Amino acid sequence: MVKLDVNGRTHTLDIDPETPLLWALREHVGLTGTKYGCGVAQCGACSVHVDGVLQKSCQLPVGQVSGKVTTIEGLSPDGTHKLQLAWVAHQVPQCGYCQSGQLMAAAALLAEKPAPTDAEINEAMTNICRCGTYQRVRQAIHSAAGGKA
Amino acid sequence: MGHMSMERRGFLATAVGGAFALAWSVPQDAMAQALNLPFSPAANGGQPLGVWVVIKPDDTVVVRIARSEMGQGTLTGLAQLVAEELEADWSKVTTEYVPPEVNQASKRAWGDMSTGGSRGIRTSVDYVRQGGAAARTMLVQAAAQRWNVDAGTCKAREGVVRHEASGRSLRYGELSAAAAQMPVPQNVVLKQPAEWTIIGKPLPRLDTVEKTNGTAQFAIDVKLPGMLSASIAQSPVFGAKLVSFDAASAMKKPGVKHVLAVGDGAVAVVADMWWQAKSALEAMPIVWSESENAAVDSAAIATRLAEGLKADQAAVGLKSGDAKAALASQQSAGKPVIEATYGTPFLNHATLEPMNCTAMVKDGIVEVWVGTQNGDATLAAAAEAGGVGLDKVKVHKYLLGGGFGRRGQQDYVRQAVTLAKQVPGQPVKLVWSREEDMQHGYYRPITQCRMQAVLDGKGGVEALHLRLSGQSILSYLAPDRIKDGLDPVQFQGLNAEEFGYTAIPHVLVDHAMRNTHVPVGFWRGVNHNQNAVYLECFIDELAHAAGQDPLAFRRTLLAKSPKNLAVLEAACAKAGWGTPTAPGVFRGMCQNYGFGSYTAAVAEVSVSKKGELTIHRIVAATDPGYVVNPDQVVAQVEGSFAYGLSALLYSENTVDKGRVVEGNFDTYEVARMADMPKVETVLAPSGGFWGGVGEPTIAVAAPAVLNAIFAATGKRVRQLPLKNVDLSHA
Repeated sequence: MVKLDVNGRTHTLDIDPETPLLWALREHVGLTGTKYGCGVAQCGACSVHVDGVLQKSCQLPVGQVSGKVTTIEGLSPDGTHKLQLAWVAHQVPQCGYCQSGQLMAAAALLAEKPAPTDAEINEAMTNICRCGTYQRVRQAIHSAAGGKA
Repeated sequence: MGHMSMERRGFLATAVGGAFALAWSVPQDAMAQALNLPFSPAANGGQPLGVWVVIKPDDTVVVRIARSEMGQGTLTGLAQLVAEELEADWSKVTTEYVPPEVNQASKRAWGDMSTGGSRGIRTSVDYVRQGGAAARTMLVQAAAQRWNVDAGTCKAREGVVRHEASGRSLRYGELSAAAAQMPVPQNVVLKQPAEWTIIGKPLPRLDTVEKTNGTAQFAIDVKLPGMLSASIAQSPVFGAKLVSFDAASAMKKPGVKHVLAVGDGAVAVVADMWWQAKSALEAMPIVWSESENAAVDSAAIATRLAEGLKADQAAVGLKSGDAKAALASQQSAGKPVIEATYGTPFLNHATLEPMNCTAMVKDGIVEVWVGTQNGDATLAAAAEAGGVGLDKVKVHKYLLGGGFGRRGQQDYVRQAVTLAKQVPGQPVKLVWSREEDMQHGYYRPITQCRMQAVLDGKGGVEALHLRLSGQSILSYLAPDRIKDGLDPVQFQGLNAEEFGYTAIPHVLVDHAMRNTHVPVGFWRGVNHNQNAVYLECFIDELAHAAGQDPLAFRRTLLAKSPKNLAVLEAACAKAGWGTPTAPGVFRGMCQNYGFGSYTAAVAEVSVSKKGELTIHRIVAATDPGYVVNPDQVVAQVEGSFAYGLSALLYSENTVDKGRVVEGNFDTYEVARMADMPKVETVLAPSGGFWGGVGEPTIAVAAPAVLNAIFAATGKRVRQLPLKNVDLSHA
């Protein structure tokens, strides 16, 4: 049995502790907003926060997770995190598959750097978007940070 | 025109295996039947007014969508087209997908469901608007009847019908039940562009919020009672067969329920959870057959293509004047012939959501939950794999986590149904690993191109011969469409309809087909991408050889192609072509016409002495005729550079021992945020036609940057991707 705190709720999971957190979230907890894209911590679609720190959940065994996990479903109670609002205002998503990870990465960035520069965004936002929404992701981060988008 | 119509017809036929009519028309009985078939709960309690519109008592308008949303914004665009003619209140508009089996059962009342070739809007634009207009007419007639006035004295606007003379009004929700009893008018008059209030507006997409909070449902997110998960291994060498596998060892692993062959070239482990299935599969010994394909590698393919560049036999895709004679006479006179050879690699689509499909076979019914670019083709594939008739299949369409052409193919659907058949009564979710996805694609075909030209000495070009050599998509996917060795898709951008440089008196474009054992398919933008690199970079080479400014040179060559030139001029004007750049920054340009739209780009780059490339700015112009949603067109243009620059900078699939070498994004690199230049989009719609948007701009991404790199370094890069090229310069 593995205890897992996700978005403020504690789950007791009958699961192999080697299972990546991604699959624990998707298949055991039932939260599918966190996505599988590569399985090797390359694309960032699986990004979540553990105790506020950005983690790629596809490479993190669930048995090693002792902190509080936040997924896209828990980023805000009602989808109104300033980044989520900025994402809507800038019409960021196209297919949308990578956007949970993009938002979690952006939220971690703003928590650390409330007004990131373009260079800091480039460094922090390494998530892959095949539709190519990068320009709007950048604009939305600046906008949420209170700067000019 | 011949090429385009052939391409379209063939693409559709390919998609569903051969046989249905292109023409869209709905027999009355079919429409009546369609309206009684089950749809999604979204429209429950609503009144269908024709096939495209349902109106609920609370005024909600449900627009039915036959095409697929994969990020390109078609869902919202199609809804705008219908809502415009419906005179709907946009804030009340929602959408639902037409189930493919309902379309099938109603003799295709919703027309073509395939979503590729940037056709989603441009080939449905007439009939969906007519659907909106028909529904509006029914609502107006219902109001007129209720008020006992002439329908001509009533006017519909923003979801309300008004009778001006008496000041009475009724909302659509109040009229829908009565309107549904009216006959569906067969002849309606569409609004003029000047009257549009919804078409042409940058309205927010209808699917944005769900994509910011984790609730958007992709096929990979499907949850069903009793569902099992499957991971699949396909023969690493294309064409090799499954010989044996150690099922017993895998069955001992936690959660594993079944180990099943999938056809003769794949095996899957089925478990309670996908991670269990994948882990057990990876540990399971599998024996594949020997195959002659195992001897093939990238070097052998390159050699074969190089031979094709000078082969005597080639299919002619475009011929005006006599380019060969002009080149020969120039050579015999001892005058220079300008020559260059370019090449581009295989490319995987790499949709971020890997291929997946959930299937259940129960009581003779095959049900699939899937992201597909072609609901019709999915229905046919599921029926075929399930061994049932088309009327025994249900297809649940989900959002696509990227399509880019990959999800027009139905291999993953057939596999899921083949698995589900072996586990009757239980839903099985098949999810490919990224590695499976990378190594079992329908790759953008590998080609090389040798170009020869002579200048006319007056600032123009006398003759151009462009010889393509390489793999044909249709020979792989639809060999019956190859006539006399000619694949029309190969000549995208270079055929009589699309080639813009018609001021060149002698032009020959031909193709030496050199196929490989690697599967190929339609990759977003298809052959326009490669052909535009070849042509637009070579035109730049010719401009340089002629001592001409690239814009002035193209003005001469595009003299008979005013729309190509106009969009190029628009990009150049915005970019400030001819004005000074920042120190160390250089510009390059290109243009293309494809998928019914004109596109052009100007890139500004710098290249350090050590060879580090920085793309500072892209100005992109597009003329798609009419624009349905300008913000979404801009989004597609921006995104096209990420896709196109991935191909330019990093991506390639190589072949060794008959298999694709790259397995994941660590070896198949793609553009990320740091690679993304600032893209400034110029919308230059000239009206009068409906062009595509999802693909056309990709073609101009790479050549604009390559031409700017030449300006910066004096180096011509003729083989992609750039990661293999040393750009250092003195």
